[in-house]
Amino acid sequence: MKTPRFLLPVATAGVLALTLTACGGGGGGTTGGGGGGGDAEANIDSRGPITYVQGKDNSNVVRPLIEKWNAAHPDEKVTFKEQTDQADQQHDDLVQNFQAKNADYDVASVDVVWTAEFAAKGWLQPLKDKMAVDTAGMLEPTVEAGSYKGTLYAAPVSSDGGILYYRKDLVPEAPKTWDEMMEMCSIAKANKIGCYAGQFKQYEGLTVNASEAINSAGGSVLNDEGKPNLNTAEAEEGLNNLVEAFKNGNIPAEAITYQEEESRRAFQDGKLLFLRNWPYVYNLATTEGSSKVKDVLGMAALPGKAGPGASSLGGHSAAISVYSDHKATALDFVKFLVEEEQQKFFATQGSLAPVFGALYDDKELVAKLPYLPVLKTSIENAVPRPVTPFYPAVTQAIQENAYAALKGEKPAKDALSDMQKSIETAGAGS
Amino acid sequence: MATELGPTPVKGPASGTTPVHHGPKGVGEDNKILSQGKWASWLLAPTIIALGIVIVYPIISAMIMSFQKDAGLDPVTGLFTEGGPAGIQNYVNWLGQQCAAQGGGTVACPPGTLGGQFWTATGTTFLFTVITVAFETVLGFWMAMIMARTFKGRGLVRAAVLVPWAIPTAVTAQLWLFMFDFNGIINKLFNVSILWTGSEWPAKWAVIIADTWKTTPFMALLILAGLQMIPAEVYEAAKVDGATAWQRFRMITLPLVKPALMVAILFRTLDALRMFDLPYILTGGANNTTTLSILVINQIRQGFNSAAALSTITFIIIFLVAFIFVRFLGANVVEQSGATGKGKK
Repeated sequence: MKTPRFLLPVATAGVLALTLTACGGGGGGTTGGGGGGGDAEANIDSRGPITYVQGKDNSNVVRPLIEKWNAAHPDEKVTFKEQTDQADQQHDDLVQNFQAKNADYDVASVDVVWTAEFAAKGWLQPLKDKMAVDTAGMLEPTVEAGSYKGTLYAAPVSSDGGILYYRKDLVPEAPKTWDEMMEMCSIAKANKIGCYAGQFKQYEGLTVNASEAINSAGGSVLNDEGKPNLNTAEAEEGLNNLVEAFKNGNIPAEAITYQEEESRRAFQDGKLLFLRNWPYVYNLATTEGSSKVKDVLGMAALPGKAGPGASSLGGHSAAISVYSDHKATALDFVKFLVEEEQQKFFATQGSLAPVFGALYDDKELVAKLPYLPVLKTSIENAVPRPVTPFYPAVTQAIQENAYAALKGEKPAKDALSDMQKSIETAGAGS
Repeated sequence: MATELGPTPVKGPASGTTPVHHGPKGVGEDNKILSQGKWASWLLAPTIIALGIVIVYPIISAMIMSFQKDAGLDPVTGLFTEGGPAGIQNYVNWLGQQCAAQGGGTVACPPGTLGGQFWTATGTTFLFTVITVAFETVLGFWMAMIMARTFKGRGLVRAAVLVPWAIPTAVTAQLWLFMFDFNGIINKLFNVSILWTGSEWPAKWAVIIADTWKTTPFMALLILAGLQMIPAEVYEAAKVDGATAWQRFRMITLPLVKPALMVAILFRTLDALRMFDLPYILTGGANNTTTLSILVINQIRQGFNSAAALSTITFIIIFLVAFIFVRFLGANVVEQSGATGKGKK
């Protein structure tokens, strides 16, 4: 009778232990510090079958390309390892496999914001000397986003930038600057619709929008040394633009709950005059039956202080793992992915923005994807999101404080100084 | 062999065979018990080893990690280097909401860091737990009382009640996210314009409502099982004695269903304390809806070792709650089973 009384807590502990296991599981193993030059030197000339790792291939572009490669290289076949379609899960999957020094993850598709983190962990093969990839003709910001400390670690494969969508029927000419756009908000008021919206829910999209506001006003989140640089008049002006717009209703209050899809639906339902979003909106807004803006959809570069604004950069790059057994093949495959022919295929089949500037003027492509010229301006002026190995902490700092500022809980100036302090503590862990 | 050896000692003396046999027989029996014990441990070994691998090893490895510093950046090479031993610094940092300062030492975590969210996250977790479990108990009890009755289509009702429980939480969360949208059905239905996921209390209520909707069926079914254990004669006897419906509920139903009810509440409490999916999808943890589990997951992306410390802290918190439950409420269950045990003896 006494045994069960004693055993019960023990049994509970056993069950509870599963909680901890689930939580601690993500950790597994020690942080592979340094990476070591040894791994980077190894297997550089070795050839053989490799694996390409990427998130879910929704528009079926990767498989045909791999088939094409395999037909031409029967001895160096590429196997496709498909991850989920959730960016966070893709990130965690890569971290776990790199940490385990898994030789099966030869080439991986890396989101632009992960490059610095992975490079600093020593998991990515520096693409220099024997392993160099030619970046001539690529749009400058895409190369910058694939580099860490001046060395290219991931070859840009696809890019992405913000576009200002507007109602051609209500606005004769797209605004060039933020102030112009705010003046046009009287048109929205007269038509009883909201004026402007982006993505302002507390998530990665808010980092994108807040950084755009700060960069467009001439500020920057991090300086050239990678230190936070937010206590500036420019940064304050940028964030204040958004705060003011929320306050005076130029940005409708419900935009604080918007992610990409919510904002797209509001625009498509005719409830917004201006919308900041990614290129994918074009296709849906012009083809979906329920869209009320089908024939009146206008596109322009994001408005800035005196000219085009500084978009945040999206997109993916291809990186080679330092633990790969067949790096020569991996390098050839990366080069193959960034070739112009494959870039065209990505654009036409998957609506992925190319990384070569010349392709944006390609008549055939522009006929198919009319937003390309606008997107080119956007990407040319784009600023990569803060390139730092502490990106998760930096984006957390930006999101939480920008969100508080947009809701009017603290002035923009205080929010920025809190961002500054938070980012400082993230980098101070060493 | 066992069946042959078994009956012999009993038959032996009765049939009057040689007493010489007696001595060795006893030894043989001892050996048998010994080998049975050995057998048992051999048979149990795989299970114990499996449990050790999947439970004990990860816990210990997580605890060891929690005493290590997170990797820091070498300013010259720009590469991460191992942090080295940290002692209990990770724990101190979480509990005191301290973050690393530039040039060594610590400062109070500024807003925008995960470290600054520990106590609010703990408070939020407990708030969600207390409110959702209270709602679920009351509603679950009511649903169980209805399902316990005999009526036409009872099977259908029972199956229907299970539907919310059967839907994966992530899907539930996505459904409720659509409904709580500014242009969603809930605002339209009640003709209000509340930013459900955009301000603090609406966001908290959104999580509570969705969680209650989802897990009340679980509560209802566990209570229903308890209700069906109560023999109908007890109620009949009470009726004959003139007890009112309320008295029957208070004096018969409640005490008799209590063991099942307590188990249900315990399970739900432990479950609610590790709530993750619902707030993660509904609000992303904004507006003070970050629970401890969300904090752990976010921290894993920023540094494993302090995430390990945080999950150890979470584990201890949940363990304490479970322990209190079992001590104060589980004690009852043990006494009852003890009483029946005595009766049988």
